[in-house]
Amino acid sequence: MFGKPMFRTTLKAFAVLGALVAATPTPARAAGEVIHIPDTRFSFEGVFGTYDRASAQRGFQVYKEVCASCHSMRLMSYRNLVDLGLTEQQVAAIASQVQVQDGPNDEGQMFERAGRPSDRFRSPFPNMQAARAANNGAAPPDLSVIAKARAGGADYLYALLTGYSDPPAGVTLAEGMSYNAYFPGHQIAMARPLNPDQVEFADGTPATMENMARDVATFLQWAAEPELEERRSMGVKVILFLTILAGLAYAVKRKVWADAH
Amino acid sequence: MASGLHDSDFKNPVVRWIDQRMPVFTMMQKEYGSFPTPRNFNYFWNFGALAMVNLMIMIATGIWLAMHYTPHTSMAFDSVERIMRDVNFGWLLRYVHANGASMFFIVVYIHIWRGMYYGSYKAPRELLWILGVVIFLLMMATAFMGYVLPWGQMSFWGATVITNLFSAFPVVGNWIVSLLWGGFSVDNPTLNRFFSLHYLLPFVIVGVVFLHVVALHITGSNNPLGIEPKSPKDTLPFHPYYTAKDSFGLVIYFIVFAVLVFFAPNYLGHPDNYIPADPLVTPPHIVPEWYFLPYYAILRAVPNKLGGVLLMFGSILVWFILPWLDRSPVRSMRFRPVARIAFLLWTVAFLVLLYCGGQPPEEPFVTISRVATAYYFAYFLVILPLLGRLERPLPLPESISRAVLGGGGQVPAGAAAKPMEKA
Repeated sequence: MFGKPMFRTTLKAFAVLGALVAATPTPARAAGEVIHIPDTRFSFEGVFGTYDRASAQRGFQVYKEVCASCHSMRLMSYRNLVDLGLTEQQVAAIASQVQVQDGPNDEGQMFERAGRPSDRFRSPFPNMQAARAANNGAAPPDLSVIAKARAGGADYLYALLTGYSDPPAGVTLAEGMSYNAYFPGHQIAMARPLNPDQVEFADGTPATMENMARDVATFLQWAAEPELEERRSMGVKVILFLTILAGLAYAVKRKVWADAH
Repeated sequence: MASGLHDSDFKNPVVRWIDQRMPVFTMMQKEYGSFPTPRNFNYFWNFGALAMVNLMIMIATGIWLAMHYTPHTSMAFDSVERIMRDVNFGWLLRYVHANGASMFFIVVYIHIWRGMYYGSYKAPRELLWILGVVIFLLMMATAFMGYVLPWGQMSFWGATVITNLFSAFPVVGNWIVSLLWGGFSVDNPTLNRFFSLHYLLPFVIVGVVFLHVVALHITGSNNPLGIEPKSPKDTLPFHPYYTAKDSFGLVIYFIVFAVLVFFAPNYLGHPDNYIPADPLVTPPHIVPEWYFLPYYAILRAVPNKLGGVLLMFGSILVWFILPWLDRSPVRSMRFRPVARIAFLLWTVAFLVLLYCGGQPPEEPFVTISRVATAYYFAYFLVILPLLGRLERPLPLPESISRAVLGGGGQVPAGAAAKPMEKA
């Protein structure tokens, strides 16, 4: 007599919880027109997904050689690249290619020196105003957490980078703007950034626009969520542990309650 | 009994020595060991304990986050990302704290829902209920200010929109807004005071939770039948029966929590909050966190600003007088066939408002919000007071033990509805 309604009410409790979660609107909501972002298959999707290191390294190369001329990644340090599978020597070599301002020294002077792994990624512009002035009034956004800062995440980044085309008939673009199928409002200030064979990959991967877009989206996802692999592997362990504990807790509860029914 | 010393039942000499001088062990034994608790709780009665655990988790993770967070407009966003990247297990602390807020609201919403469904707010538990509503209001203030701290776009614009609501009040409105801002726009002084208050209010919540529990232990718990225990057969000692039952519920709650934290940590957040706050760029849609969406929908359902603000605050304030709006002597909706349907419809209206609050303020959502808002208030102000007079409740069981243990449970059909005695 006691077991059944209890089970029913438990189900109800979960139904309420489920309804609360289900009723929560998905954050993705573009202004006016709803733009459908196609689903791109990435290595880091799913519960057990991990970053494809080779792809992310190629993505870093695309960022360094293409995106970095306008977009900063001010939250990233060169040392972070070790987590992408580069050696410390490789990272030191990459860092040393840039000149960073340091100081003041003992004479009170600022000076330039070669970058170190502990330095942040060098930003292309000294400040927001310079970035805006150099880019027709539209400052290029920082890319450190861009994959978390756009609805659709890496799927959106891939769609955006491959979504350039001539404007459809009847659409007139403002001066200096480009047409993009996936950008909200379709008018984007960034000119088509990726063209075939723009970079040369050391591992022989053909530098098609799709490959470059996928690689850079993977790299940016990693930059936004460097903890993703650790988080999920910990999550699997935690949930396995809790599931077993739930079984034990339920058994204890049944035993304690056996004489009360 | 030695003069001035408490007469302790504890045998362990250390425990006894302390207990004689400060009988905390006796108190714990009385309030959480042998405390007589109705034997017929269902799992909805887990949620009070879950809320308590959730509060502790929020305070613990919050204290550690505050060690690394910088409340300054030029550094707040970066300091949060530094926690995510460079602080040991910082991502875990932050995601537990951020999703813990959502879990807290899920748990408390179910806790409040249970109180409404089983009539836990009725005499003699009115003050217990009122303290609960106070806790909920404090939670809302704390959560709102916490969401401002990462200083992303939604932080900034959410703070701007919500604080501006107070300007709708005549005469004092603008003064209140300046006081909240600490200036003439949402800026560094705002962030600083919000951080200070976000750290303070949880401890105020702890205080009110203590009073909530004190009040609970005077009246005792309600139960799914809504009738008072009459004999020792109707109750069980809290330990081990409900400690065991709460433990199981707690583990299930941790599993749901873990799924959010480890596999969908940003699902309930808004991507715009990963864009640093920019006072010159307004996001296309400013939406609060999901747990505020029902009230946001009510606010936007009214074409008049002051009217919307009053209805929004009124939607919670009306809970304070709920014990006096619902005059039916029967507590549990199980025995109130009409009120039960009316309340389940109210639940639907609440969820509809939650959905509409996340949609752009366009048709058909505006009309739907208006209908749902009208029903939300009609339930409290019209339906419940009328049903208290008109509804014919089902017959109540003679006692908890009879309903739970005695074959068949309820009093045979045909027996007159027995008015509930005053406890």
